[in-house]
Amino acid sequence: MGGKPEDTAPGEAAGAAPRRLTLNMGPQHPSTHGVLRLVLDLDGETVVRAEPEIGFLHTGIEKEFEQKFYQQGVTLTDRVDYLAPLSNNLCYCLAVEKLLGLEIPPPAQWVRVMLTELTRLNSHLVWLGTHALDVGAMSVFLYCFREREDILRIFEMFSGQRMMTSYFRIGGLALEPPRGWHHAVKRFIEAFPCKVDEYEELLTRNPIWLQRTRGIAQVPLADLLDLGVTGPMLRAAGLAWDIRKAEPYSSYEKFDFEIPTRQESDVYARYQVRVEEMRQSARIVRQALEGMPSGRYVADAPEVVLPDREKMKTEMEALIYHFKIVTGGFRVPAGEVYQAIESPRGELAYYVVSDGSSKPWRVYMRTPSFGNLQCLPRMLEGGLIADVVAGLGSLDFVLGDVDR
Amino acid sequence: MLPAELEAIPAIGELARWDPSVITEGRLERGELTLVIEPAAILRVCQYLKERGFLRLSSVTAVDWHPSRPRFEVVYHLHSLETNQRVRLKCRLDEPAEIDSVTGVWRAADWYEREVWDLFGIRFRNHPNLRRILLPEDWTEHPLRKDFPVHGRRYDYAEEEA
Repeated sequence: MGGKPEDTAPGEAAGAAPRRLTLNMGPQHPSTHGVLRLVLDLDGETVVRAEPEIGFLHTGIEKEFEQKFYQQGVTLTDRVDYLAPLSNNLCYCLAVEKLLGLEIPPPAQWVRVMLTELTRLNSHLVWLGTHALDVGAMSVFLYCFREREDILRIFEMFSGQRMMTSYFRIGGLALEPPRGWHHAVKRFIEAFPCKVDEYEELLTRNPIWLQRTRGIAQVPLADLLDLGVTGPMLRAAGLAWDIRKAEPYSSYEKFDFEIPTRQESDVYARYQVRVEEMRQSARIVRQALEGMPSGRYVADAPEVVLPDREKMKTEMEALIYHFKIVTGGFRVPAGEVYQAIESPRGELAYYVVSDGSSKPWRVYMRTPSFGNLQCLPRMLEGGLIADVVAGLGSLDFVLGDVDR
Repeated sequence: MLPAELEAIPAIGELARWDPSVITEGRLERGELTLVIEPAAILRVCQYLKERGFLRLSSVTAVDWHPSRPRFEVVYHLHSLETNQRVRLKCRLDEPAEIDSVTGVWRAADWYEREVWDLFGIRFRNHPNLRRILLPEDWTEHPLRKDFPVHGRRYDYAEEEA
Protein backbone atom coordinates (compact mmCIF):
# COMPACT_ATOMS: atom_id res chain seq x y z
CA MET A 1 0.00 0.00 0.00
CA GLY A 2 1.81 3.06 -1.24
CA GLY A 3 0.82 5.52 1.44
CA LYS A 4 2.41 8.61 2.81
CA PRO A 5 1.85 10.22 6.17
CA GLU A 6 0.27 13.62 5.94
CA ASP A 7 0.44 16.52 8.34
CA THR A 8 -0.64 15.82 11.84
CA ALA A 9 -3.16 18.14 13.40
CA PRO A 10 -1.59 21.36 14.72
CA GLY A 11 -0.40 21.12 18.28
CA GLU A 12 -0.04 17.36 18.08
CA ALA A 13 3.45 16.56 19.24
CA ALA A 14 5.25 13.41 18.24
CA GLY A 15 4.89 10.72 20.84
CA ALA A 16 1.90 12.38 22.49
CA ALA A 17 -1.70 11.44 21.63
CA PRO A 18 -2.06 8.75 18.93
CA ARG A 19 -1.33 10.28 15.55
CA ARG A 20 -3.90 10.32 12.79
CA LEU A 21 -2.56 8.99 9.55
CA THR A 22 -4.20 9.57 6.20
CA LEU A 23 -3.45 6.75 3.85
CA ASN A 24 -4.09 6.87 0.15
CA MET A 25 -4.93 3.46 -1.28
CA GLY A 26 -5.13 3.19 -5.04
CA PRO A 27 -6.25 4.04 -7.68
CA GLN A 28 -3.55 1.67 -8.89
CA HIS A 29 -3.68 -1.02 -6.27
CA PRO A 30 -4.04 -4.69 -7.16
CA SER A 31 -6.73 -5.44 -4.61
CA THR A 32 -8.99 -2.61 -5.76
CA HIS A 33 -9.66 -4.64 -8.91
CA GLY A 34 -9.57 -1.77 -11.31
CA VAL A 35 -9.12 1.85 -10.46
CA LEU A 36 -10.71 2.65 -7.13
CA ARG A 37 -9.14 5.17 -4.83
CA LEU A 38 -9.68 4.92 -1.12
CA VAL A 39 -8.73 7.61 1.35
CA LEU A 40 -8.31 6.02 4.75
CA ASP A 41 -7.91 7.87 8.01
CA LEU A 42 -6.17 5.67 10.51
CA ASP A 43 -5.84 5.80 14.25
CA GLY A 44 -3.10 3.28 14.89
CA GLU A 45 -4.37 0.25 13.00
CA THR A 46 -8.04 1.19 13.18
CA VAL A 47 -9.79 2.73 10.21
CA VAL A 48 -11.55 5.86 11.42
CA ARG A 49 -12.80 7.09 8.08
CA ALA A 50 -12.87 5.49 4.66
CA GLU A 51 -13.81 7.46 1.61
CA PRO A 52 -14.03 5.88 -1.83
CA GLU A 53 -13.20 8.06 -4.83
CA ILE A 54 -14.60 6.76 -8.09
CA GLY A 55 -14.87 7.91 -11.68
CA PHE A 56 -11.45 6.93 -12.99
CA LEU A 57 -13.05 4.58 -15.49
CA HIS A 58 -15.93 6.82 -16.55
CA THR A 59 -16.37 6.51 -20.30
CA GLY A 60 -19.68 8.26 -20.91
CA ILE A 61 -21.39 5.12 -22.17
CA GLU A 62 -24.84 6.50 -21.35
CA LYS A 63 -24.19 9.48 -23.62
CA GLU A 64 -22.96 7.20 -26.38
CA PHE A 65 -26.16 5.15 -26.26
CA GLU A 66 -28.07 8.21 -27.41
CA GLN A 67 -26.07 8.35 -30.66
CA LYS A 68 -26.57 4.74 -31.68
CA PHE A 69 -29.40 2.70 -33.11
CA TYR A 70 -31.00 0.41 -30.57
CA GLN A 71 -29.35 -2.71 -31.93
CA GLN A 72 -25.90 -1.07 -31.99
CA GLY A 73 -26.29 -0.31 -28.31
CA VAL A 74 -25.89 -4.00 -27.46
CA THR A 75 -22.14 -3.77 -28.05
CA LEU A 76 -21.89 -0.99 -25.47
CA THR A 77 -23.51 -3.08 -22.77
CA ASP A 78 -20.70 -5.64 -22.85
CA ARG A 79 -18.21 -3.04 -21.85
CA VAL A 80 -19.94 -1.93 -18.68
CA ASP A 81 -19.47 -4.95 -16.45
CA TYR A 82 -16.72 -6.77 -18.27
CA LEU A 83 -16.97 -9.82 -16.05
CA ALA A 84 -20.65 -10.32 -16.81
CA PRO A 85 -21.14 -9.13 -20.40
CA LEU A 86 -24.03 -11.46 -21.14
CA SER A 87 -26.03 -10.32 -18.11
CA ASN A 88 -25.78 -6.78 -19.44
CA ASN A 89 -26.70 -7.90 -22.97
CA LEU A 90 -29.72 -9.66 -21.57
CA CYS A 91 -30.94 -6.80 -19.43
CA TYR A 92 -30.71 -4.25 -22.24
CA CYS A 93 -32.36 -6.57 -24.77
CA LEU A 94 -35.20 -7.36 -22.36
CA ALA A 95 -35.81 -3.67 -21.78
CA VAL A 96 -35.98 -2.80 -25.48
CA GLU A 97 -38.02 -5.92 -26.26
CA LYS A 98 -40.50 -4.84 -23.59
CA LEU A 99 -40.82 -1.45 -25.29
CA LEU A 100 -41.30 -3.12 -28.66
CA GLY A 101 -43.68 -5.74 -27.25
CA LEU A 102 -41.64 -8.53 -28.83
CA GLU A 103 -42.27 -12.17 -28.04
CA ILE A 104 -39.02 -14.15 -27.83
CA PRO A 105 -39.26 -17.83 -28.80
CA PRO A 106 -38.55 -20.36 -26.02
CA PRO A 107 -35.28 -21.77 -27.43
CA ALA A 108 -33.74 -18.30 -27.43
CA GLN A 109 -34.96 -17.69 -23.88
CA TRP A 110 -33.46 -20.95 -22.69
CA VAL A 111 -30.11 -20.33 -24.36
CA ARG A 112 -30.16 -16.91 -22.72
CA VAL A 113 -30.76 -18.44 -19.30
CA MET A 114 -28.06 -21.03 -19.82
CA LEU A 115 -25.46 -18.52 -20.95
CA THR A 116 -26.24 -15.94 -18.27
CA GLU A 117 -25.85 -18.64 -15.65
CA LEU A 118 -22.49 -19.57 -17.17
CA THR A 119 -21.70 -15.86 -16.95
CA ARG A 120 -22.55 -15.96 -13.26
CA LEU A 121 -20.15 -18.87 -12.84
CA ASN A 122 -17.51 -16.97 -14.80
CA SER A 123 -17.93 -13.89 -12.65
CA HIS A 124 -18.00 -15.79 -9.35
CA LEU A 125 -14.90 -17.72 -10.36
CA VAL A 126 -12.94 -14.54 -11.03
CA TRP A 127 -14.25 -13.14 -7.76
CA LEU A 128 -13.31 -16.23 -5.75
CA GLY A 129 -9.86 -16.52 -7.30
CA THR A 130 -8.91 -12.88 -6.83
CA HIS A 131 -10.55 -12.55 -3.42
CA ALA A 132 -8.65 -15.56 -2.12
CA LEU A 133 -5.47 -14.20 -3.68
CA ASP A 134 -5.97 -10.87 -1.89
CA VAL A 135 -6.44 -12.62 1.41
CA GLY A 136 -3.34 -14.75 0.81
CA ALA A 137 -4.50 -18.07 -0.66
CA MET A 138 -2.59 -18.21 -3.91
CA SER A 139 -3.53 -21.60 -5.30
CA VAL A 140 -7.30 -21.02 -5.41
CA PHE A 141 -6.71 -18.47 -8.14
CA LEU A 142 -5.11 -21.11 -10.37
CA TYR A 143 -7.99 -23.52 -9.82
CA CYS A 144 -10.66 -20.93 -10.54
CA PHE A 145 -9.04 -19.63 -13.69
CA ARG A 146 -8.75 -23.18 -14.99
CA GLU A 147 -12.55 -23.49 -15.04
CA ARG A 148 -13.05 -19.93 -16.15
CA GLU A 149 -11.02 -20.71 -19.25
CA ASP A 150 -13.45 -23.51 -20.12
CA ILE A 151 -16.38 -21.10 -19.81
CA LEU A 152 -14.66 -18.53 -22.01
CA ARG A 153 -14.13 -21.24 -24.62
CA ILE A 154 -17.86 -21.97 -24.55
CA PHE A 155 -18.56 -18.26 -25.03
CA GLU A 156 -16.15 -18.20 -27.93
CA MET A 157 -17.85 -21.20 -29.46
CA PHE A 158 -21.23 -19.46 -29.33
CA SER A 159 -20.35 -15.91 -30.23
CA GLY A 160 -16.82 -15.89 -31.61
CA GLN A 161 -15.71 -13.78 -28.64
CA ARG A 162 -14.32 -14.70 -25.27
CA MET A 163 -15.36 -11.63 -23.33
CA MET A 164 -17.21 -8.97 -25.32
CA THR A 165 -19.76 -11.43 -26.59
CA SER A 166 -22.72 -9.25 -27.73
CA TYR A 167 -24.45 -12.55 -28.32
CA PHE A 168 -27.95 -11.58 -27.26
CA ARG A 169 -29.60 -9.18 -29.66
CA ILE A 170 -32.89 -7.39 -29.59
CA GLY A 171 -35.25 -10.05 -30.90
CA GLY A 172 -33.26 -13.15 -29.96
CA LEU A 173 -29.72 -14.37 -30.48
CA ALA A 174 -27.05 -13.02 -32.81
CA LEU A 175 -26.33 -16.42 -34.34
CA GLU A 176 -27.80 -19.85 -34.16
CA PRO A 177 -25.89 -21.89 -31.54
CA PRO A 178 -22.98 -23.73 -33.17
CA ARG A 179 -23.01 -27.42 -33.99
CA GLY A 180 -21.78 -29.54 -31.12
CA TRP A 181 -22.43 -26.92 -28.42
CA HIS A 182 -24.54 -29.37 -26.44
CA HIS A 183 -21.62 -31.70 -26.00
CA ALA A 184 -19.22 -28.97 -24.90
CA VAL A 185 -21.57 -27.49 -22.29
CA LYS A 186 -22.49 -30.93 -21.02
CA ARG A 187 -18.87 -31.96 -20.53
CA PHE A 188 -18.18 -28.78 -18.59
CA ILE A 189 -21.25 -28.85 -16.39
CA GLU A 190 -20.87 -32.51 -15.42
CA ALA A 191 -17.36 -31.92 -14.17
CA PHE A 192 -18.08 -28.59 -12.51
CA PRO A 193 -19.64 -29.60 -9.14
CA CYS A 194 -16.49 -31.59 -8.31
CA LYS A 195 -14.44 -28.50 -9.06
CA VAL A 196 -16.48 -26.50 -6.56
CA ASP A 197 -15.72 -29.24 -4.02
CA GLU A 198 -12.05 -28.64 -4.73
CA TYR A 199 -12.30 -24.91 -3.98
CA GLU A 200 -14.22 -25.64 -0.83
CA GLU A 201 -11.60 -28.13 0.24
CA LEU A 202 -8.99 -25.42 -0.04
CA LEU A 203 -10.96 -22.78 1.84
CA THR A 204 -14.11 -23.70 3.74
CA ARG A 205 -12.38 -25.24 6.75
CA ASN A 206 -8.99 -23.64 6.23
CA PRO A 207 -8.08 -22.07 9.62
CA ILE A 208 -6.25 -19.11 8.05
CA TRP A 209 -9.18 -18.39 5.73
CA LEU A 210 -11.59 -18.60 8.64
CA GLN A 211 -9.54 -16.20 10.73
CA ARG A 212 -9.29 -13.72 7.90
CA THR A 213 -13.00 -13.81 6.99
CA ARG A 214 -15.18 -14.74 9.97
CA GLY A 215 -16.74 -11.82 11.78
CA ILE A 216 -14.96 -9.40 9.43
CA ALA A 217 -16.63 -6.42 7.72
CA GLN A 218 -20.05 -7.13 9.21
CA VAL A 219 -22.90 -4.83 8.26
CA PRO A 220 -26.46 -5.26 9.60
CA LEU A 221 -29.22 -5.95 7.09
CA ALA A 222 -31.08 -2.70 7.82
CA ASP A 223 -27.98 -0.67 6.92
CA LEU A 224 -27.41 -2.66 3.74
CA LEU A 225 -30.96 -1.99 2.59
CA ASP A 226 -30.77 1.68 3.46
CA LEU A 227 -27.50 2.03 1.56
CA GLY A 228 -28.91 0.44 -1.58
CA VAL A 229 -26.95 -2.81 -1.48
CA THR A 230 -28.29 -5.76 -3.50
CA GLY A 231 -27.43 -9.29 -4.52
CA PRO A 232 -25.26 -11.82 -2.65
CA MET A 233 -24.41 -9.17 -0.05
CA LEU A 234 -28.04 -9.04 1.05
CA ARG A 235 -28.45 -12.79 0.91
CA ALA A 236 -25.41 -13.16 3.18
CA ALA A 237 -27.29 -10.97 5.66
CA GLY A 238 -30.31 -13.24 5.68
CA LEU A 239 -32.63 -11.73 3.08
CA ALA A 240 -33.82 -14.31 0.55
CA TRP A 241 -34.45 -11.88 -2.28
CA ASP A 242 -33.41 -12.82 -5.78
CA ILE A 243 -34.92 -11.10 -8.83
CA ARG A 244 -34.82 -14.39 -10.75
CA LYS A 245 -37.49 -15.61 -8.30
CA ALA A 246 -39.20 -12.36 -7.33
CA GLU A 247 -39.70 -10.98 -10.84
CA PRO A 248 -38.85 -13.84 -13.21
CA TYR A 249 -37.67 -12.89 -16.68
CA SER A 250 -36.63 -14.94 -19.70
CA SER A 251 -38.39 -18.14 -18.43
CA TYR A 252 -36.59 -18.33 -15.07
CA GLU A 253 -39.89 -19.38 -13.50
CA LYS A 254 -39.53 -22.71 -15.30
CA PHE A 255 -36.28 -23.57 -13.56
CA ASP A 256 -35.83 -25.22 -10.23
CA PHE A 257 -33.20 -23.68 -7.96
CA GLU A 258 -32.78 -22.34 -4.45
CA ILE A 259 -31.73 -19.00 -3.03
CA PRO A 260 -28.86 -19.61 -0.63
CA THR A 261 -28.78 -17.35 2.43
CA ARG A 262 -26.65 -16.88 5.54
CA GLN A 263 -27.25 -14.78 8.62
CA GLU A 264 -23.81 -13.57 9.67
CA SER A 265 -23.32 -10.83 7.07
CA ASP A 266 -19.55 -11.13 7.24
CA VAL A 267 -16.91 -11.91 4.63
CA TYR A 268 -17.22 -15.63 5.28
CA ALA A 269 -21.01 -15.62 4.85
CA ARG A 270 -20.63 -13.82 1.51
CA TYR A 271 -18.14 -16.45 0.46
CA GLN A 272 -20.53 -19.23 1.42
CA VAL A 273 -23.44 -17.63 -0.41
CA ARG A 274 -21.49 -17.18 -3.62
CA VAL A 275 -20.08 -20.70 -3.55
CA GLU A 276 -23.57 -22.08 -3.07
CA GLU A 277 -24.80 -19.87 -5.90
CA MET A 278 -22.26 -21.51 -8.17
CA ARG A 279 -23.77 -24.89 -7.38
CA GLN A 280 -27.26 -23.56 -8.03
CA SER A 281 -26.21 -21.99 -11.32
CA ALA A 282 -24.75 -25.30 -12.39
CA ARG A 283 -28.15 -26.85 -11.63
CA ILE A 284 -29.88 -24.31 -13.83
CA VAL A 285 -27.44 -24.86 -16.68
CA ARG A 286 -28.03 -28.59 -16.50
CA GLN A 287 -31.82 -28.11 -16.57
CA ALA A 288 -31.52 -25.79 -19.56
CA LEU A 289 -29.38 -28.33 -21.31
CA GLU A 290 -31.73 -31.23 -20.68
CA GLY A 291 -34.98 -29.44 -21.41
CA MET A 292 -33.88 -27.25 -24.32
CA PRO A 293 -36.94 -26.67 -26.54
CA SER A 294 -36.57 -26.68 -30.29
CA GLY A 295 -37.55 -23.97 -32.69
CA ARG A 296 -36.36 -20.63 -33.94
CA TYR A 297 -33.77 -18.52 -32.15
CA VAL A 298 -35.12 -15.15 -33.21
CA ALA A 299 -38.50 -13.50 -32.92
CA ASP A 300 -40.84 -13.32 -35.85
CA ALA A 301 -40.37 -9.61 -36.43
CA PRO A 302 -38.85 -8.84 -39.85
CA GLU A 303 -38.69 -5.11 -39.17
CA VAL A 304 -36.41 -5.68 -36.13
CA VAL A 305 -34.46 -8.88 -36.71
CA LEU A 306 -32.03 -9.10 -39.62
CA PRO A 307 -33.24 -11.61 -42.24
CA ASP A 308 -31.65 -14.95 -42.80
CA ARG A 309 -28.53 -14.62 -44.98
CA GLU A 310 -29.80 -17.02 -47.61
CA LYS A 311 -33.16 -15.29 -47.88
CA MET A 312 -31.49 -11.93 -48.18
CA LYS A 313 -29.74 -13.14 -51.32
CA THR A 314 -32.80 -14.70 -52.90
CA GLU A 315 -35.83 -12.70 -51.79
CA MET A 316 -36.46 -9.06 -52.60
CA GLU A 317 -38.50 -8.41 -49.44
CA ALA A 318 -35.77 -9.77 -47.18
CA LEU A 319 -33.21 -7.61 -48.95
CA ILE A 320 -35.32 -4.50 -48.40
CA TYR A 321 -35.70 -5.25 -44.69
CA HIS A 322 -31.99 -5.87 -44.40
CA PHE A 323 -31.21 -2.55 -46.05
CA LYS A 324 -33.67 -0.67 -43.88
CA ILE A 325 -32.49 -2.15 -40.59
CA VAL A 326 -28.80 -1.64 -41.38
CA THR A 327 -29.09 1.92 -42.65
CA GLY A 328 -31.83 3.32 -40.44
CA GLY A 329 -32.35 0.97 -37.51
CA PHE A 330 -35.91 0.39 -36.37
CA ARG A 331 -38.34 2.66 -34.60
CA VAL A 332 -39.29 1.93 -31.01
CA PRO A 333 -42.66 3.15 -29.66
CA ALA A 334 -42.38 6.09 -27.28
CA GLY A 335 -42.39 5.15 -23.62
CA GLU A 336 -40.12 4.02 -20.83
CA VAL A 337 -39.10 0.75 -19.26
CA TYR A 338 -37.17 -0.14 -16.12
CA GLN A 339 -36.04 -3.71 -16.51
CA ALA A 340 -34.24 -5.30 -13.56
CA ILE A 341 -32.40 -8.60 -13.56
CA GLU A 342 -30.24 -10.46 -11.07
CA SER A 343 -26.68 -10.03 -12.26
CA PRO A 344 -23.86 -11.87 -10.45
CA ARG A 345 -23.41 -8.76 -8.31
CA GLY A 346 -27.03 -7.87 -7.58
CA GLU A 347 -29.78 -5.80 -9.10
CA LEU A 348 -28.86 -4.71 -12.60
CA ALA A 349 -31.46 -2.52 -14.27
CA TYR A 350 -31.70 -0.66 -17.54
CA TYR A 351 -33.99 2.34 -17.70
CA VAL A 352 -34.65 2.97 -21.39
CA VAL A 353 -36.62 6.03 -22.50
CA SER A 354 -37.81 6.17 -26.09
CA ASP A 355 -39.15 9.20 -27.93
CA GLY A 356 -40.42 7.04 -30.79
CA SER A 357 -37.33 7.37 -33.00
CA SER A 358 -34.72 4.76 -33.90
CA LYS A 359 -32.24 5.89 -31.25
CA PRO A 360 -32.88 5.80 -27.50
CA TRP A 361 -33.56 9.18 -25.91
CA ARG A 362 -31.96 8.06 -22.68
CA VAL A 363 -30.44 4.86 -21.36
CA TYR A 364 -29.66 4.69 -17.67
CA MET A 365 -27.84 1.76 -16.17
CA ARG A 366 -28.57 0.99 -12.55
CA THR A 367 -25.46 -1.06 -11.96
CA PRO A 368 -25.10 -3.26 -8.89
CA SER A 369 -21.46 -2.35 -8.26
CA PHE A 370 -22.27 1.36 -7.91
CA GLY A 371 -25.02 0.64 -5.41
CA ASN A 372 -22.97 -1.85 -3.44
CA LEU A 373 -19.84 0.27 -3.23
CA GLN A 374 -21.74 2.91 -1.30
CA CYS A 375 -21.70 0.73 1.80
CA LEU A 376 -17.91 0.65 1.84
CA PRO A 377 -17.40 3.37 4.50
CA ARG A 378 -19.99 1.71 6.74
CA MET A 379 -18.23 -1.60 6.27
CA LEU A 380 -14.66 -0.50 6.88
CA GLU A 381 -14.97 2.19 9.53
CA GLY A 382 -14.13 0.87 12.95
CA GLY A 383 -12.34 -2.16 11.52
CA LEU A 384 -8.66 -2.88 11.18
CA ILE A 385 -6.50 -1.79 8.27
CA ALA A 386 -5.55 -5.43 7.73
CA ASP A 387 -9.21 -6.26 7.04
CA VAL A 388 -9.73 -3.57 4.41
CA VAL A 389 -8.70 -5.82 1.56
CA ALA A 390 -10.86 -8.70 2.79
CA GLY A 391 -13.86 -6.37 3.03
CA LEU A 392 -13.23 -4.91 -0.41
CA GLY A 393 -13.03 -8.36 -1.92
CA SER A 394 -16.28 -9.47 -0.34
CA LEU A 395 -18.14 -6.64 -2.10
CA ASP A 396 -17.26 -8.08 -5.52
CA PHE A 397 -17.44 -4.87 -7.53
CA VAL A 398 -16.23 -4.20 -11.04
CA LEU A 399 -15.03 -0.67 -11.61
CA GLY A 400 -16.32 -0.54 -15.18
CA ASP A 401 -19.71 -1.26 -13.68
CA VAL A 402 -19.30 1.50 -11.10
CA ASP A 403 -18.05 4.28 -13.35
CA ARG A 404 -19.76 3.47 -16.66
CA MET B 1 -57.43 11.96 -9.94
CA LEU B 2 -55.74 8.60 -10.31
CA PRO B 3 -57.02 5.79 -12.52
CA ALA B 4 -58.92 3.13 -10.55
CA GLU B 5 -56.29 0.46 -11.17
CA LEU B 6 -53.73 2.60 -9.34
CA GLU B 7 -56.09 3.38 -6.47
CA ALA B 8 -56.32 -0.36 -5.93
CA ILE B 9 -52.62 -0.63 -5.03
CA PRO B 10 -52.64 -0.15 -1.24
CA ALA B 11 -49.70 2.21 -0.67
CA ILE B 12 -50.51 4.29 -3.74
CA GLY B 13 -54.21 4.64 -2.96
CA GLU B 14 -53.34 5.71 0.59
CA LEU B 15 -50.86 8.24 -0.72
CA ALA B 16 -53.45 9.73 -3.06
CA ARG B 17 -55.97 10.06 -0.22
CA TRP B 18 -53.36 11.37 2.24
CA ASP B 19 -52.62 14.39 0.08
CA PRO B 20 -54.30 14.52 -3.33
CA SER B 21 -52.30 17.58 -4.37
CA VAL B 22 -48.90 15.83 -4.49
CA ILE B 23 -49.65 13.52 -7.42
CA THR B 24 -50.16 15.39 -10.66
CA GLU B 25 -50.35 12.33 -12.89
CA GLY B 26 -50.34 8.57 -12.54
CA ARG B 27 -50.28 5.72 -15.02
CA LEU B 28 -49.68 2.03 -15.37
CA GLU B 29 -47.86 1.23 -18.61
CA ARG B 30 -46.36 -2.13 -19.60
CA GLY B 31 -46.96 -3.24 -16.03
CA GLU B 32 -44.86 -0.37 -14.66
CA LEU B 33 -46.26 2.17 -12.27
CA THR B 34 -45.34 5.83 -12.77
CA LEU B 35 -46.37 8.74 -10.56
CA VAL B 36 -45.56 12.32 -11.43
CA ILE B 37 -44.99 14.17 -8.18
CA GLU B 38 -45.10 17.86 -7.41
CA PRO B 39 -41.36 18.71 -7.01
CA ALA B 40 -41.91 20.65 -3.79
CA ALA B 41 -43.49 17.56 -2.19
CA ILE B 42 -40.89 14.96 -3.14
CA LEU B 43 -39.34 14.70 0.30
CA ARG B 44 -42.72 14.21 2.02
CA VAL B 45 -43.83 11.65 -0.54
CA CYS B 46 -40.63 9.64 -0.23
CA GLN B 47 -40.85 9.67 3.55
CA TYR B 48 -44.48 8.54 3.35
CA LEU B 49 -43.74 5.71 0.93
CA LYS B 50 -40.75 4.52 2.90
CA GLU B 51 -42.90 4.21 6.00
CA ARG B 52 -45.29 2.10 3.93
CA GLY B 53 -42.76 -0.51 2.94
CA PHE B 54 -40.70 1.03 0.15
CA LEU B 55 -37.47 0.30 1.98
CA ARG B 56 -35.32 0.24 -1.12
CA LEU B 57 -34.38 3.16 -3.27
CA SER B 58 -33.27 1.38 -6.39
CA SER B 59 -31.91 4.41 -8.24
CA VAL B 60 -32.17 8.12 -8.88
CA THR B 61 -31.52 9.46 -12.34
CA ALA B 62 -32.68 12.19 -14.70
CA VAL B 63 -33.82 12.72 -18.26
CA ASP B 64 -33.13 15.89 -20.23
CA TRP B 65 -36.00 16.78 -22.59
CA HIS B 66 -34.22 19.79 -24.10
CA PRO B 67 -35.53 21.82 -25.97
CA SER B 68 -38.97 20.93 -24.52
CA ARG B 69 -40.23 22.54 -21.36
CA PRO B 70 -40.07 21.75 -18.47
CA ARG B 71 -36.62 20.61 -19.34
CA PHE B 72 -35.70 17.95 -16.77
CA GLU B 73 -37.28 14.94 -15.21
CA VAL B 74 -35.75 13.55 -12.04
CA VAL B 75 -36.68 9.89 -11.84
CA TYR B 76 -36.72 7.80 -8.64
CA HIS B 77 -37.20 4.05 -8.70
CA LEU B 78 -38.53 2.63 -5.46
CA HIS B 79 -39.05 -0.97 -4.52
CA SER B 80 -40.99 -2.60 -1.74
CA LEU B 81 -39.66 -5.99 -0.70
CA GLU B 82 -42.82 -6.88 1.23
CA THR B 83 -45.22 -6.55 -1.68
CA ASN B 84 -42.61 -6.85 -4.45
CA GLN B 85 -43.99 -3.65 -5.91
CA ARG B 86 -41.91 -1.17 -7.89
CA VAL B 87 -42.88 2.43 -8.37
CA ARG B 88 -41.34 5.17 -10.45
CA LEU B 89 -41.60 8.73 -9.16
CA LYS B 90 -40.97 11.62 -11.49
CA CYS B 91 -40.49 15.29 -10.83
CA ARG B 92 -40.53 17.78 -13.68
CA LEU B 93 -38.12 20.67 -13.24
CA ASP B 94 -37.09 23.67 -15.24
CA GLU B 95 -33.88 25.63 -15.14
CA PRO B 96 -32.37 26.53 -12.74
CA ALA B 97 -33.14 22.95 -11.68
CA GLU B 98 -33.20 22.38 -7.96
CA ILE B 99 -34.99 19.86 -5.78
CA ASP B 100 -34.89 18.58 -2.21
CA SER B 101 -32.44 15.81 -1.51
CA VAL B 102 -33.87 12.52 -0.26
CA THR B 103 -30.63 11.44 1.45
CA GLY B 104 -32.43 11.87 4.75
CA VAL B 105 -34.90 9.17 3.75
CA TRP B 106 -32.51 6.66 2.19
CA ARG B 107 -28.77 7.03 2.60
CA ALA B 108 -28.49 5.29 -0.78
CA ALA B 109 -29.59 8.52 -2.46
CA ASP B 110 -26.23 10.12 -1.67
CA TRP B 111 -24.21 8.87 -4.64
CA TYR B 112 -27.17 8.80 -7.02
CA GLU B 113 -27.90 12.46 -6.42
CA ARG B 114 -24.25 13.34 -6.75
CA GLU B 115 -24.23 11.56 -10.09
CA VAL B 116 -27.30 13.48 -11.30
CA TRP B 117 -25.66 16.74 -10.23
CA ASP B 118 -22.46 15.75 -11.98
CA LEU B 119 -23.99 14.68 -15.29
CA PHE B 120 -27.10 16.90 -15.51
CA GLY B 121 -26.37 19.85 -13.26
CA ILE B 122 -29.49 19.45 -11.14
CA ARG B 123 -28.94 20.70 -7.60
CA PHE B 124 -30.18 18.83 -4.56
CA ARG B 125 -31.02 21.03 -1.60
CA ASN B 126 -29.64 19.88 1.76
CA HIS B 127 -27.47 17.19 0.25
CA PRO B 128 -24.63 16.62 2.72
CA ASN B 129 -21.87 16.42 0.12
CA LEU B 130 -22.95 17.61 -3.31
CA ARG B 131 -19.66 17.22 -5.18
CA ARG B 132 -18.90 15.75 -8.59
CA ILE B 133 -18.59 12.00 -8.42
CA LEU B 134 -17.65 10.63 -11.83
CA LEU B 135 -16.00 13.59 -13.55
CA PRO B 136 -12.91 15.46 -12.35
CA GLU B 137 -13.55 18.17 -9.78
CA ASP B 138 -12.42 20.97 -12.13
CA TRP B 139 -14.85 19.99 -14.88
CA THR B 140 -17.23 22.82 -15.66
CA GLU B 141 -20.14 21.34 -17.62
CA HIS B 142 -22.71 18.59 -17.34
CA PRO B 143 -22.23 16.15 -20.22
CA LEU B 144 -25.52 14.23 -20.19
CA ARG B 145 -27.40 17.40 -21.06
CA LYS B 146 -28.65 17.24 -24.61
CA ASP B 147 -26.90 20.46 -25.60
CA PHE B 148 -23.50 19.05 -24.67
CA PRO B 149 -21.85 17.67 -27.85
CA VAL B 150 -21.10 13.95 -27.78
CA HIS B 151 -17.50 14.55 -28.86
CA GLY B 152 -16.97 17.07 -26.11
CA ARG B 153 -15.59 20.57 -26.49
CA ARG B 154 -12.40 21.34 -28.36
CA TYR B 155 -9.72 22.05 -25.81
CA ASP B 156 -7.98 25.40 -26.08
CA TYR B 157 -4.51 25.66 -24.54
CA ALA B 158 -4.60 29.44 -24.74
CA GLU B 159 -7.37 29.45 -22.15
CA GLU B 160 -5.23 27.37 -19.85
CA GLU B 161 -2.46 29.99 -19.97
CA ALA B 162 -4.91 32.78 -19.37
